[in-house]
Amino acid sequence: MMLAEKYLRDAMMPHMWCPGCGHGIILQAVIRAIDKAGLEHDKTVIVSGIGCSSRASGYMNFDTLHTTHGRALPFASGIKMANPDLNVIVLTGDGDALAIGGNHFIHACRRNIDITTVIFNNSIYGMTSGQYSPMTPVGQFATTSPYGNIDRNFDVCELAKSAGATYVARSTAYHAPSMPDLIVKAINNKGFSVVEAVGQCPTYYGRRNKLGSPVDMLNWQKEHAVNVAAAAHLTPEQLADKLIIGELHNSSAPEFTEKYDQLVARLQGRE
Amino acid sequence: MGRKFAVAINPKWCKKCGICAAFCPRQVFTHKAGHVPEITAEEKCIGCNQCEQRCPDFAVTVRGKNDESDS
Repeated sequence: MMLAEKYLRDAMMPHMWCPGCGHGIILQAVIRAIDKAGLEHDKTVIVSGIGCSSRASGYMNFDTLHTTHGRALPFASGIKMANPDLNVIVLTGDGDALAIGGNHFIHACRRNIDITTVIFNNSIYGMTSGQYSPMTPVGQFATTSPYGNIDRNFDVCELAKSAGATYVARSTAYHAPSMPDLIVKAINNKGFSVVEAVGQCPTYYGRRNKLGSPVDMLNWQKEHAVNVAAAAHLTPEQLADKLIIGELHNSSAPEFTEKYDQLVARLQGRE
Repeated sequence: MGRKFAVAINPKWCKKCGICAAFCPRQVFTHKAGHVPEITAEEKCIGCNQCEQRCPDFAVTVRGKNDESDS
């Protein structure tokens, strides 16, 4: 991939992800989006938490911050508050963003702070060998759900929308060719943007749930994804096991750092 | 037709998953399990770039032979 020379840290490659892991596909889509959006290296900061997906920041040739578990968004919020001119992109996983960092996630949505968050959803904690996460579907197997998961999983896109995020989209690793355009729109949105990127963990999730090879898992994404326009014509029953992909929510609301600047200006008597 | 493409795999980064070969619509690659896929029919490549964009390892590059574009 030619863009790899421009955007990846060559000395860190090859990456540590397993053969066929969806994270590399999603990271490539992020890089293509950054290139398409024309973001400057010196004006872009990549922040991640902990987990397989959060290793992504270490491979990216930008100013990057690999933070503590679940806390990517608080660090990212601090960066954005200190210098609102920066493009701040958070790369996080389903467990990092929604279990350990779940509270930070909903409040970042609520604040509508101008950060783009890409959630690498592989439905499992891969790094620690396959515990269920809040995104593991009901009935699926993990090391901590040997008889099948009884918890209902979050729909992170609905959660983000309800909590106040102003741009929400979903894609899959199979849909890598169209994923960058959604991330570009997320980057360009002046507010909190969430892109759920559904990927595959062939090693821990796939093997335990007998989902076959990485190719089989990508084909599963292909077969279970329904574009948001087509989904409007389907019943809830027909959509029960489907992933609705595309732009799911796009609205405008006051952005947090701008409101903060206005508050400071008002209190200093500058307006 | 007419436009030709050069397909390359970086063997240092490839983890031999075979995703490129599986999703190629023109069978440009030959993949044996446990091996880096071989590019055995480059002349059939239509430049759709699906192999490159779905490669988890940033290992596949498709270029137009007459230009420098990454497409």
